[in-house]
Amino acid sequence: MEILTQVSMALQEGDDQQVSTLINTLLEEGVKPEKIIDKGLIAGMDIIGIKFKAHEIFLPDVLLAAKAMEIGMEKLKPLLSLSSTTVIGKIVLGTVHGDLHDIGKNLVAIMLKGAGFEVIDLGKNVEPKYFVETALKAQADIIGLSTLLTTTMPVMKNVVDLLRKSDSSRNVKVIIGGAPTSKEFALDIGADAYAFDAVSAVDRIKILALS
Amino acid sequence: MRPKLKFLSSDLIKKIFAEGIDVLENIGVELNNPELLSLLGDHGARIDVDKSRAYIPEPLVNKALKSVPNSFALFDTLGQQTHDFRKYNIHFTPGSAALNILDHKTQKIRKPLTEDYIQYTKVISSLENIASQSTALIPIDVVGNIADSYRLYLSLMFCDKPVVTGAFTIKAFEIMKDLQLAVRGTAAALKEKPLTIFSCCPTSPLKWSDVTSQNLADCARFSIPVEFISMPLSGLVAPVTLTGTLIQHTAETLSGVVISQLVNPGTPILWGGSPAAFDMRYETTPMGAIETMMIDCACNEIGKFLNIPTQAYISLSDAKLLDAQAGLESGIGATLASLAGINNISGPGMLDFESCQSLEKLVLDNEIAGMCLRLVDGITPREDFPILPLLEELLKEDHLLISSHTRKYLKQEHYFPGPAIDRANRERWAEEGSLTLGERAHNEVNRMLAEYKPTSLPDTVKSDLKNRMQAEAVNNGQENLPALD
Ligand code: B12
Repeated sequence: MEILTQVSMALQEGDDQQVSTLINTLLEEGVKPEKIIDKGLIAGMDIIGIKFKAHEIFLPDVLLAAKAMEIGMEKLKPLLSLSSTTVIGKIVLGTVHGDLHDIGKNLVAIMLKGAGFEVIDLGKNVEPKYFVETALKAQADIIGLSTLLTTTMPVMKNVVDLLRKSDSSRNVKVIIGGAPTSKEFALDIGADAYAFDAVSAVDRIKILALS
Repeated sequence: MRPKLKFLSSDLIKKIFAEGIDVLENIGVELNNPELLSLLGDHGARIDVDKSRAYIPEPLVNKALKSVPNSFALFDTLGQQTHDFRKYNIHFTPGSAALNILDHKTQKIRKPLTEDYIQYTKVISSLENIASQSTALIPIDVVGNIADSYRLYLSLMFCDKPVVTGAFTIKAFEIMKDLQLAVRGTAAALKEKPLTIFSCCPTSPLKWSDVTSQNLADCARFSIPVEFISMPLSGLVAPVTLTGTLIQHTAETLSGVVISQLVNPGTPILWGGSPAAFDMRYETTPMGAIETMMIDCACNEIGKFLNIPTQAYISLSDAKLLDAQAGLESGIGATLASLAGINNISGPGMLDFESCQSLEKLVLDNEIAGMCLRLVDGITPREDFPILPLLEELLKEDHLLISSHTRKYLKQEHYFPGPAIDRANRERWAEEGSLTLGERAHNEVNRMLAEYKPTSLPDTVKSDLKNRMQAEAVNNGQENLPALD
């Protein structure tokens, strides 16, 4: 079996040690880090995503794979040439002001890290200003907003409005989620995307990061 | 004999309790409330100020447990007693704080408005097996800051039944208490005749937010009954095993007991919760999972062991429509909860993981509740021994339809559900329009709305409520509240 395929397999099994060892071998052979990410790690995560949706595997398997991905990425990130375009992006994540629910948001953070994103998790009960300032300062690609309360839904709009005011070039995209929100609501408030769970959040955010 | 359901042996209960104590002593709870933290410290808890952690020793827990009332009652807005939380008594209450309402006409969910809430209170007024209202919907036509108090206001204006409710912020407690004072007159009268129960949630694992812990303390100061809603999710933010989840629930709930009893010994509480399985395929918290229901019933056994009245989020469904899944999950939950003797059974009306209310489902669940209330009445010998005279009468008359024995015991022995439950023969059912459950329930909703009569709460009280709510709205930037007609 090709070593890149073995990376993908090891990742799917959540075997982070094996992933690490295989990456070392590939690097010694002179394989480009970009290629290892693309054809090894991401290829593995893609299969994980498909199997999860088909209920062939459950969330713990996804998380183990995500952990292996994270470890692989840590190894490869410093080696990436600056010009290389990988799907990896930076996302500022948090639950909006007035809301203390963070279980779903945390799950999204875990999955994103697993998919190779850099996640700046601002926690819960986060003021709009803080989201925007952090995103601009850290040059993040995306802001992810979570809320579980009806009453704090309008705060999401406040964040979007403030961001658009401070970031006229529209470099930073916004994705929202949480039980009371919806695709329609995301459109309404001018957010760029919506996702109903952590696995689909990763898919959407990948698309956003690429655009 | 009242039929009873048990999952835990008394040995296992004792072990779970002891383990819960161990958790509180050695891991403690995070309490993001400096004032309460120092209150705990003053009473012997070890405090780590930097981590906002309190390590609660066993003697403090035991002292708190001694001052918890073993029972308490609720009273409607007119002062009549409606609830007696004790032993194996059961009462049903609608699932609270839904994000959405299932609109019967469109069969779609949408965000609720004031008029939906008013309809809800009118339906609840008619449902005889649902003993209380809950603030079950969050109307979106008022500003968010008053969304919690506004629901309580509407409930008190339109329905007599006591209210299971809760605040979303620290500030909102004040007006929610004042609305109750408007109904009862004085704080002493409110204490004597509690009108509401506030849900106060620890955050799994082992944490209290500033908002929910302060709500708890504020309720305790006014002797307003509190139900603890600890929500360990098995395998996500709690151990995957049911026993492990029970231990965590025990520790979290005990920490609430300690806070409430330190602030005000004797504060009435319900040993409650909304623990749930976590579905690792869908990333959801299924309330209709059999394991969720087992944990609920078992938590209640631990509450009973401690002699504290109990509550749980059970008898609700994860279905999105009023379909067979909605009926089966609610029915199984209500049955188990009733047999287990959960004193306050929170769930009726609810779909979609505690997030969608349905008026039609309330009508169905009222029937489920009726059947359960009958169920726990059990089988009692009446004038059945000796049976010979009765059977001789039967042989002589060919039937017992007009026998005095029948007339005396018919309604005591048999529960007759309303028209939502179909018991017609096929031809009659067809002649009456071949209606589905949803249609029959909807007809009932319409009948209840048409027959609704305003409550007898004096007009002076109603205008007092109105003035207070109006002032609160203005303070929060909303000049006019929606019209209430
Ligand atoms: C667990 C829970 C709690 C826990 C929260 C613990 C924690 N650390 O978060 C506790 C018990 C503490 C709690 C407290 C309260 N809760 Co609560 N809670 C829930 C419950 C049952 C489940 C939420 C959950 O964790 N689900 C599991 C996770 C995995 O799913 P999720 O959150 O939906 O997240 C997924 C997706 O939505 C999405 N997603 C989420 N965020 C994001 C973000 C992005 C960027 C993306 C792309 C996707 C995404 O991906 C996630 C993973 O799949 C919900 C009901 C429900 N079923 O939704 C009520 C619920 C949200 N709570 C409710 C209420 C009322 C409260 C309280 C106000 C109660 C009170 N009076 O104290 C307080 C909140 C106080 C406050 N100011 O915030 C109401 C909301 C009512 C309303 N209309 O607004 C609900 C609907 C229950 C109810 N009917 O009463 N709650």
